[in-house]
Amino acid sequence: MTNRLCDVVVVGAGMVGAACALYAARAGLDVVVVDRGPVAGGTTGAGEGNLLVSDKELGPELELALLSGRLWTDLAEELGTAIEYEPKGGVVVSATSEGLTALTELAAAQRAAGVETVSVDSDRLRDLEPYLAPGLAGGVLYPQDAQVMPTLAAAHLLRASGARLETGRTVTGVLRGPDGAVRGVTTDRGDLYAPAVVNAAGTWGGEVAGLAGVHLPVLPRRGFVLVTEPLPRRVRHKVYAADYVADVASDSAALQTSPVVEGTAAGPVLIGASRERVGFDRSFSLPVIRALAAGATRLFPFLERVRAMRTYLGFRPYMPDHLPAVGPDPRVPGLFHACGHEGAGIGLATGTGHLIAQVLGGRAPDLDLAPFRPDRFAKEAAS
Amino acid sequence: MAERPRLAVIGAGPAGLAAALAAAARGVHVTLVDSAAEPGGQFYRQPAPGLRARRPQALHHQWRTWERLRGGLDAHLAAGGVTHLSDHHVWCVERESAGLTVHALLGPDQERPAAVHADAVLLATGGYEKVLPFPGWTLPGVVTAGGAQAMLKGGLVLPGRRAVVAGSGPLLLPVATGLAAAGAEVAALVESADPKDFVRRTRALAAQPAKLAEGAGYAAALLRHRIPVRTRHTVVAAHGGERLEAVSVAALDAEGRPVPGTERRIACDTLAVGHGMLPHTDLAEGLGCRLDGPNVHVDDEQRTDVPGVWAAGEATGIGGAALSLAEGHIAGRSIAARLAGTEPDPRAWAPAARARTRTRAFFAALEGAYAPPARWAEQVTDGTLVCRCEEVTAGAVRRAVGELGAGDLRTVKLLTRAGMGWCQGRMCAPGVAGVAGCELAPGRRLLARPVPLGVLATQAADAPDEDTSAQ
Ligand SMILES: Cc1cc2nc3c(=O)[nH]c(=O)nc-3n(C[C@H](O)[C@H](O)[C@H](O)COP(=O)(O)OP(=O)(O)OC[C@H]3O[C@@H](n4cnc5c(N)ncnc54)[C@H](O)[C@@H]3O)c2cc1C
Ligand SMILES: Cc1cc2nc3c(=O)[nH]c(=O)nc-3n(C[C@H](O)[C@H](O)[C@H](O)COP(=O)(O)OP(=O)(O)OC[C@H]3O[C@@H](n4cnc5c(N)ncnc54)[C@H](O)[C@@H]3O)c2cc1C
Repeated sequence: MTNRLCDVVVVGAGMVGAACALYAARAGLDVVVVDRGPVAGGTTGAGEGNLLVSDKELGPELELALLSGRLWTDLAEELGTAIEYEPKGGVVVSATSEGLTALTELAAAQRAAGVETVSVDSDRLRDLEPYLAPGLAGGVLYPQDAQVMPTLAAAHLLRASGARLETGRTVTGVLRGPDGAVRGVTTDRGDLYAPAVVNAAGTWGGEVAGLAGVHLPVLPRRGFVLVTEPLPRRVRHKVYAADYVADVASDSAALQTSPVVEGTAAGPVLIGASRERVGFDRSFSLPVIRALAAGATRLFPFLERVRAMRTYLGFRPYMPDHLPAVGPDPRVPGLFHACGHEGAGIGLATGTGHLIAQVLGGRAPDLDLAPFRPDRFAKEAAS
Repeated sequence: MAERPRLAVIGAGPAGLAAALAAAARGVHVTLVDSAAEPGGQFYRQPAPGLRARRPQALHHQWRTWERLRGGLDAHLAAGGVTHLSDHHVWCVERESAGLTVHALLGPDQERPAAVHADAVLLATGGYEKVLPFPGWTLPGVVTAGGAQAMLKGGLVLPGRRAVVAGSGPLLLPVATGLAAAGAEVAALVESADPKDFVRRTRALAAQPAKLAEGAGYAAALLRHRIPVRTRHTVVAAHGGERLEAVSVAALDAEGRPVPGTERRIACDTLAVGHGMLPHTDLAEGLGCRLDGPNVHVDDEQRTDVPGVWAAGEATGIGGAALSLAEGHIAGRSIAARLAGTEPDPRAWAPAARARTRTRAFFAALEGAYAPPARWAEQVTDGTLVCRCEEVTAGAVRRAVGELGAGDLRTVKLLTRAGMGWCQGRMCAPGVAGVAGCELAPGRRLLARPVPLGVLATQAADAPDEDTSAQ
């Protein structure tokens, strides 16, 4: 290509696009990142920054989470403070003994897959979390659970990548050559030529795939987060009730709210997040907020007198089988997808970026990408 | 007798009072919900009863209008047609199939919940002052213009002995003369607008004789109190160690930049500064009401685009007390008709509608003339705090934009924490947006007040209801 601008155009300057840019640049590729808004203006700026292994059941997502966790630990050495990385660990609790049995079984299976887990008896829970409600049946400590501040992480990964950043620029089409292969993108401010395009458009990934003529079912799943007034550190880990794992994996469209409660370095306690499938409905929902508050105060009664300062909402990018689309699109040579991470896109971003960089460079990926194939959804077979 | 339709009015300022009287006179039961201890809002802010002001009218403009409203309110309160809930801080209005519920927190601690159920809600929440940062603006002794006025009207405390009043906008005049009348020495009134701009807009301005007379009255008062007025000037910095000792004032060039060499130091212990007002739109945003720029959007009847929700007064655009009264009156009549199931006849409120049209045009003209200096943000040094709650400097905001790819107010906030503290950006958003060079987007503050989680966790049905039934 004569007027080739760069090796790869990444569409989306959210957490996933930032991680793709970083690992691709470190693999020696020349990268341009395009976003119609600012950095982290999509879901990355509207969620939380839990990097969790605890909530993953066995399978490809857990493998991606473990790979990502290792990469986050490496990144923390150079960027840890700037991105507010905290390897604080998670504590999952259960109020009932049946719940505890299920939790302990899940933990045993996770341990076999490489997750660190520590069982915590009911009388030791308060050593870990002194303000927890009394009378819980027990819990499991997950030392690998960590956290970052997503917007800072996206911004600093992008900066560290050295990629050229084009914000305020909307991708309006995918350019393809006579052989059908990608030649770049069209935007509202001119074309960008490159032999590879990474679709990191998050919840809007289906639209970007559509620009290349392929079907990718990415849908919004709404979530609210509550933020309290700043407090001295009283919640030390990420704490949530065991039914959260069931919520995450649920296929139900109805509201689910078993909140993760955590303190932040800046002082406020974050309580999040609800899960509902209501399309892109931005309206405030008091019942959802009430349910989050009720869940949080059940875990930590002292929160009853603490004030919620604000609430915000975002739309997780989810795919019907709750796995992201990661890897080359066999239908369009040169098109790669890195989207659809639902409620785990911050945590899974590093592994995703690393795998994308490997396949962009023509190398074998560290994980089998088959479960993440972008053409795995039935509609394609029919059309 | 069939139960009377219920209206909840949020805000007992000129707009809310006018609406309450108009609706109550037409058979609607009105619950007037306001966070202040007394009705009156910003304009008719009441001296606390305990202070026994000797001549409050000396501080008040249009005192007679207020007496008429107050008399009407007292009559309706006595007859049971209006219930006034003072010290009620509304944090959310909820729309359900059965109607609307106003959720409030009670008293100075704002801890106990209360709920008011209604068939219609009027948002008459007024506005708040816009303050832009400059070096030294966080020193004790620097207050907002409205804050100084509120201290005069409400607490009757003289904020300082030697004051400078600065910024831009019509509010500076009553503040300067009010301070002088209360015995302060007003060392200067520093207005960044250019008088020539007013001359260019004389048509709209001349169409409002009452307003011009008001302005002339202030001009006379400025003369009487020997207040030096400097137009096309700005405060470039406030100085002091522990507290304010002086300000530096400079002339502005045609571009809105301070002219080098014109800087003068004026000793003072109080600086009252204001750059106009912004509407309170939190409750409207929570309800999903459409906004036009910073204002709640309304139609000719003062209806928002959300069924059952009206808005009037400065929440729909800054325009002074007379405009709030006209809009409130129209809203009250529209609500009474609609709740009775009839189509209102706009001819019934034609005089108010004419006043509304005139006053809106007048304020549109004023707004064009009164504007902060175009280049004000350049004067904000990197070390100046722009968000006081989270202690974020202008330099941090500039780095977020220049180095980290922030492009709007929300990303600036997420990258720097500017606007995440107690005020939730109400104070600092205009300043942060200006320094960042981005648009002042609505904040989407879905909780209009901080709410204890224990209150949230209690289901609406369990919250104590105010007894507002029309017996
Ligand atoms: C309430 C809530 C809580 C969450 N909590 C967590 C958590 O604790 N841990 C976790 O790991 N995940 C969490 N998530 C999920 C996580 O936020 C997302 O999975 C993640 O942000 C997705 O990142 P992304 O980069 O794929 O998408 P985004 O951040 O949405 O980025 C996509 C970008 O693409 C841009 N774009 C779209 N179309 C175009 C176009 N045509 N042209 C140019 N640009 C375009 C958008 O402007 C956007 O900036 C949460 C989500 C929510 C809503
Ligand atoms: C210092 C100063 C001087 C002024 N001088 C003049 C003048 O000379 N001439 C002139 O025409 N105008 C003047 N004005 C403007 C005038 O005060 C306003 O135009 C007028 O008060 C607006 O009336 P309103 O009813 O729209 O709102 P407001 O008077 O602001 O009333 C709104 C009410 O709503 C309440 N409220 C808001 N949010 C909530 C909530 N969440 N829960 C409960 N209650 C809530 C507030 O407490 C307030 O009582 C001045 C204003 C100020 C600040």
